Amino acid sequence: MVNLKKDSLIIANKKFNSRLIVGTGKYKSMSECAKAIKLSGAEIVTVAVRRVNISDKKKPLLMDYIDPKKITYLPNTAGCFNSKDALRTLRLAREIGGWKLVKLEVLGDKKNLFPDMIETLKSTEVLAKEGFRVMVYCNDDPLMAKRLENSGADAIMPLAAPIGSGLGIQNKINIQIIRKQTKLPLIIDAGLGQASDATISMELGCDGVLVNTAIAKAKKPFEMALAFKNAVIAGRQSYKSGRIDKILMGNPSSPSKGII
Amino acid sequence: MKKIKKIKIKINGKIKSISQDSKLSVVLKNLKIPLNKVAIELNQEIIDKKKINKIKLDKNDKIEIVHFIGGG
Repeated sequence: MVNLKKDSLIIANKKFNSRLIVGTGKYKSMSECAKAIKLSGAEIVTVAVRRVNISDKKKPLLMDYIDPKKITYLPNTAGCFNSKDALRTLRLAREIGGWKLVKLEVLGDKKNLFPDMIETLKSTEVLAKEGFRVMVYCNDDPLMAKRLENSGADAIMPLAAPIGSGLGIQNKINIQIIRKQTKLPLIIDAGLGQASDATISMELGCDGVLVNTAIAKAKKPFEMALAFKNAVIAGRQSYKSGRIDKILMGNPSSPSKGII
Repeated sequence: MKKIKKIKIKINGKIKSISQDSKLSVVLKNLKIPLNKVAIELNQEIIDKKKINKIKLDKNDKIEIVHFIGGG
């Protein structure tokens, strides 16, 4: 058996045992979100930066449900459509409590939610210079992934399919090319629909997956959180075990010698 | 009795009337803001939370108070 204890995910010099990162959006309640995260075994969760509701002071706070001392908060710039807003958001996130590990996501189109890679690249450069450790949401484009790496990204996070679409990995070849060219953590971000999509991502050699909608909007989010946990472990073990070669014709599993 | 002059500022997009020369720390305290869980911007500049009792607010100041919420 693969010793998964020694098979840690290392991002920006920080070690994690779980290769599943989960989002904290779209849940029915904070308690549902917290329970799903616990079941998923995730050690990193993405969070959004938004205005405090100053008229309703009793509104529950995320930090009251998910302890940032136990779970790594990964501030995300979801909802930002240009570099200026993304930088502003992450500088504020850092100020909340010293978060340097962040997820950059600069979107380019309100309908398909594809990343604007020009703005993303610009922002990555600035953030790296300011001492942030940047995990970057990007297209499944090997050339762009390389440019992000050269600009100081700490992790490459290509989409599987549009955010929230549940379509699963659409371009396995590109993901494999990106895998071959980079030693940076490669994490599939966005577009997964079911647990097997996570397994496939891991079998392609990815270091982890980030899932939100597929768990939060599943009919049974707790069960799905567990399914994704197991799927990521299964995919990683499968990848590390070295799969057999594909052949066209059948090859019997039982010896032909001694057939009666 | 001398009447305290009021000024208008904007907090998270909402107009608020406060006493002139109010300190930022007092305004945040009145709003019961948990300082260890937020970041604060004054006129688009991030404020060092340790210095909020030294900052006096002026009319038309724009304050943004943000925190982490659930997101993907």
